[in-house]
Amino acid sequence: MSDLTEQWRERVRAAAASGTALQVRGGGTKAFYGREPVGEVFDTRGHAGVVSYEPTELVVTARAGTPLAELEALVAERGQMLAFEPPHFGAGATVGGCVAAGLSGPRRATAGALRDFVLGVRILDGRGEALSFGGQVMKNVAGYDLSRAIAGSLGTLGLILDVSLKVLPRPVAETTLRFAIDEKEAIDRVNDWGGQPLPISASAWCDGALHLRLSGAEAAVRAAERRLGGDLVEAVGASAFWAGVREQTDAYFADLGAGEVLWRLSLPSSAAPVKLPGTQFIEWGGALRWLRSDAPAATIRERVAALGGHATAFRGFDRSSDVFHPLAAPVMAIQRRLKQAFDPAGIFNPGRFYDGL
Amino acid sequence: MNIAADPVVLGEQEADFSSIDKVRVVEALARVLPAGALMYDAEDLRPYECDGLSAYRQLPMVVALPTTEAQVVAVLKVCSEMGVPVVARGAGTGLSGGALPHEFGVVLSLARFNRILHLDPHARTAVVQPGVRNLAISEAAAPHGLYYAPDPSSQIACTIGGNVAENSGGVHCLKYGLTVHNVLRVRGVTIDGEIVEIGNHGLDAPGYDLLALVIGSEGMLAVVTEVTVRLTPKPQLAQCVLAAFDDVIKAGEAVAEIIAAGIIPAGLEMMDQPATAAVEQFVHAGYPLDAKAILLCESDGTPEEVAEEIERVRAVLEASGATEIRVSRDETERMKFWAGRKAAFPAAGRISPDYYCMDGTIPRKRLGEMLEAIQQMEGKHGLRCINVFHAGDGNLHPLILFDANQAGELERAEAFGADILELSVALGGTITGEHGVGIEKINQMCSQFTRPELAMFFRVKGAFDPRGLLNPGKAIPTLNRCAEYGRMRVSNGHIPYPDIPRF
Repeated sequence: MSDLTEQWRERVRAAAASGTALQVRGGGTKAFYGREPVGEVFDTRGHAGVVSYEPTELVVTARAGTPLAELEALVAERGQMLAFEPPHFGAGATVGGCVAAGLSGPRRATAGALRDFVLGVRILDGRGEALSFGGQVMKNVAGYDLSRAIAGSLGTLGLILDVSLKVLPRPVAETTLRFAIDEKEAIDRVNDWGGQPLPISASAWCDGALHLRLSGAEAAVRAAERRLGGDLVEAVGASAFWAGVREQTDAYFADLGAGEVLWRLSLPSSAAPVKLPGTQFIEWGGALRWLRSDAPAATIRERVAALGGHATAFRGFDRSSDVFHPLAAPVMAIQRRLKQAFDPAGIFNPGRFYDGL
Repeated sequence: MNIAADPVVLGEQEADFSSIDKVRVVEALARVLPAGALMYDAEDLRPYECDGLSAYRQLPMVVALPTTEAQVVAVLKVCSEMGVPVVARGAGTGLSGGALPHEFGVVLSLARFNRILHLDPHARTAVVQPGVRNLAISEAAAPHGLYYAPDPSSQIACTIGGNVAENSGGVHCLKYGLTVHNVLRVRGVTIDGEIVEIGNHGLDAPGYDLLALVIGSEGMLAVVTEVTVRLTPKPQLAQCVLAAFDDVIKAGEAVAEIIAAGIIPAGLEMMDQPATAAVEQFVHAGYPLDAKAILLCESDGTPEEVAEEIERVRAVLEASGATEIRVSRDETERMKFWAGRKAAFPAAGRISPDYYCMDGTIPRKRLGEMLEAIQQMEGKHGLRCINVFHAGDGNLHPLILFDANQAGELERAEAFGADILELSVALGGTITGEHGVGIEKINQMCSQFTRPELAMFFRVKGAFDPRGLLNPGKAIPTLNRCAEYGRMRVSNGHIPYPDIPRF
């Protein structure tokens, strides 16, 4: 529960001066994600604690090393939540790691992504300067929106000190429906429903079953439940199911075989079935499709690109190669210059995102 | 690596473009643009001399009106090669002077990029050119029961390209988000003439989130040629609650209580008594004139949802000491409730020859302090101020009333405005919630950000536009300018489109 900004600043300056790579790490729960981590481990857990929480302002500010579970429990006491439902992937997940990884959970398609809820950050850049961008208010257009750019940058732009996140009230009512339908019909239906004023908060299709979660005002959830049909899933089972989706403890994600890779395919929600070898788990109204497959990376990337999306090798891949989808040359050039702008000595998680970033 | 050898290339001081040769630039552009797409005579340039902040006027050197992306690429390549500043422009409705021309620069108007290229009701996306008006997207989506959610008050005139540049909000952004939450992808051209696709037709894109950087960048990073927006299902019903309070602080507390009760209204607006009085004589919305403050709280959704939420809102307002609560009984009455709020800017224009609109955002709980301070500032500067407020998200629009024909009033209005902005920062807020920095608030950026933070903004700009040719002099003050801040406040804002709603 202490502010380590000054100690960290000295360490970053020393690392920059000597060109020492730092492997920034919180609870290590997302250490599997991205390319191979290299460098001296920089443990962020000492810089912890919720700095402020204002339920009526819908904003919580926490230090990077704060356990994510602690922050979520705190806001839950006031009937609020992180609406993007970040995956923890383990008990030790920290707020800083959550923001750096930039991953969102089942509610993402309707509530928004992690980056949509980042109101401000304080970071140390690669020069050891403490910089603050954004703030604690919802509307703020002063300067470039660097706090959202820090989200999902895998710790390669700067060392996150504190983050301000927007929180939302938990829904009054929630229910889950189950439909026995195939992949194509599931994609069609979730897109149709997405165009109607329905209180959908999550969808998940796997192995011939679509689960649909409704959240909102009591009357709205009941009315939608009657209109949509399907089988009602009892509350305890439903809650366990969505936790399994969010944390990837669902049976679908278990035990990758040798040579098998868990791919994360981000696609236009209405894109046709991908028709790639392997099994799928489809979330976010069709916009996120997990694929367990041993097909060559090039085959997968080519197909996904043709459908207008991008593919990430999420688990089980060779981490010395491109884990994230290759970028067009002009976009990659901008990314390299951005990295240079924030971290001129290249000390923060070098190579974790892309080769050279 | 030696860190001392890492200078800020851009942003130390304003660049000097005075050696640019207009004749050579016109000749070079004439080679890449068709006849009628290039203007350089003073009378043709006049309509471009300002945007919605008309107190700042500057004739550009040249105006280019391309119709194709290839022409945009060609114009930018010419400008890049010749080192000429480029100011992209949409409808010119911006309120901070973001599209103010550069004396030695090209205004690149995207007005002819006015087509909706593709609307996919199933995927709920629309691909549009940047010159398409905000409202035109919703009109095109309406037959499918969809709309584009961000609704800046100028939505009948402003373009989506301008919305991307400013990260525009609107009355409903507490619930539905800003431009950054509703744009999936942009296609654009860098100053070097490279085409870049940023974002994705899915829900995320690989690499750093350049989309977040480009949205709200005030035309400083790239020129947008295509925008993919997310469309939202139209709520079946909207209903509005009007509540009166005998005390401004109580009204502010009621706003906090609504949020604390777990309600995110579709809109939550507040007006103080002088603002209510000003609009009432203008539109006769039926507002209670004895109230010190009124709140408008809108609920939308399915009929069941709205009924449930309205009852919860009513209970909270009663417990918060509202002296009167009215719930709109039909669409006509709802529109009447809103008519007053939406008439605040023109009403200010009726009761005063000039007014100056501010745009700070503060944490809601500091509202009382801010309003008290504004009252004291009225005495200090000898001017009146009426207050309207996007209460749900803490975005204030104090309207400072003055008469530019009275000696010294303009300067006093500017000083008043600067005091409000400085206080917004001191209270933990920001100098601009939705109108942008542009040229208007560039000095106050020096109060909000430290020197290393401003230097980082310039480095980020340099990652896209290494020589600083896109919209130079806007949004981010040079370190030199900040050093001089305090003696350079120039002018105030008038609204040149009195017929466009502003709120």
